[in-house]
Amino acid sequence: MEQLVQKLKEEIITALNLSEMKPENIDEKAPLFVDGLGLDSIDALELTVLLEKKYGLKIQTSEEGKKVLYSVRSMAEFIRENNKG
Amino acid sequence: MKGTYAISGYCLIRGNKVIRDEKLLFTGKGGSFSDFALENYRHFSVSYPKFHKMDNLGKLGFLSAEILLKDRNLTGKYPGEKVGIILSNCSSSLDTDRNHQKTIASRSNYFPSPAVFVYTLPNVVIGEICIKHKFFGEGNFFVMEKFNPSFIVDYITQLFDNDIFDCCITGWTEIDGNNFESVLFLIEKSTKTETGIANFGTAAIESIFNRK
Repeated sequence: MEQLVQKLKEEIITALNLSEMKPENIDEKAPLFVDGLGLDSIDALELTVLLEKKYGLKIQTSEEGKKVLYSVRSMAEFIRENNKG
Repeated sequence: MKGTYAISGYCLIRGNKVIRDEKLLFTGKGGSFSDFALENYRHFSVSYPKFHKMDNLGKLGFLSAEILLKDRNLTGKYPGEKVGIILSNCSSSLDTDRNHQKTIASRSNYFPSPAVFVYTLPNVVIGEICIKHKFFGEGNFFVMEKFNPSFIVDYITQLFDNDIFDCCITGWTEIDGNNFESVLFLIEKSTKTETGIANFGTAAIESIFNRK
């Protein structure tokens, strides 16, 4: 799990061009949006694309999206639960 | 023309050089545009994390405006709705359009990037500058074969004459790959300029634009 969290942090930094950010600066349990990294709606779409492109996972509803994209930890849990292969 | 309008300042970025109001402020090392943009970001002590997410046209226009407006306190001088931005170039957002095309070129690897797609319009650069400085006035982006001073002067003069704005940032912000240039002018309704560069007119705009 910790390896996945670390990998996810690196992928988020690349996907969202957070070039001044380092993985260790990201609190895995902190909210990604508004507080925390201060991401916006375009970033949410970019993270959705990341999950599909890198892990073959689709977020089905906006409610699921809110839960999955809450934090790096919630994204990692979603990947672990759904990426059985 | 109802009044006399003034060119209060300008920022010219061309050939890896940055000139503001007759003074050479910075010379880049001659790498890619991304390198040049980052060098400028650091040199001028810009602190705006969203800068790193912008496309190249956004970065070029944003940096030009930052340098042009530095220490001018425009927001203290005018209400946001009285500051307009009228820009132009010849390649529109082609630089980013190509990047977007790459993400949708393959049917088996079809993952359009929302962060790239949102920049596939040239006027987004105006939005970036407006968001940073809280400008709410008239905004327009013209795509034309080459910079057209007489068109720009006529268009902006009409907007000034009709009290659409009291201050305007205008010019040319062009980028395609590593070929880039940006010349932005600050035009104000007041006839007394801070720097006394010139009265607003086609000859003055053309003369500044053509400086090496």
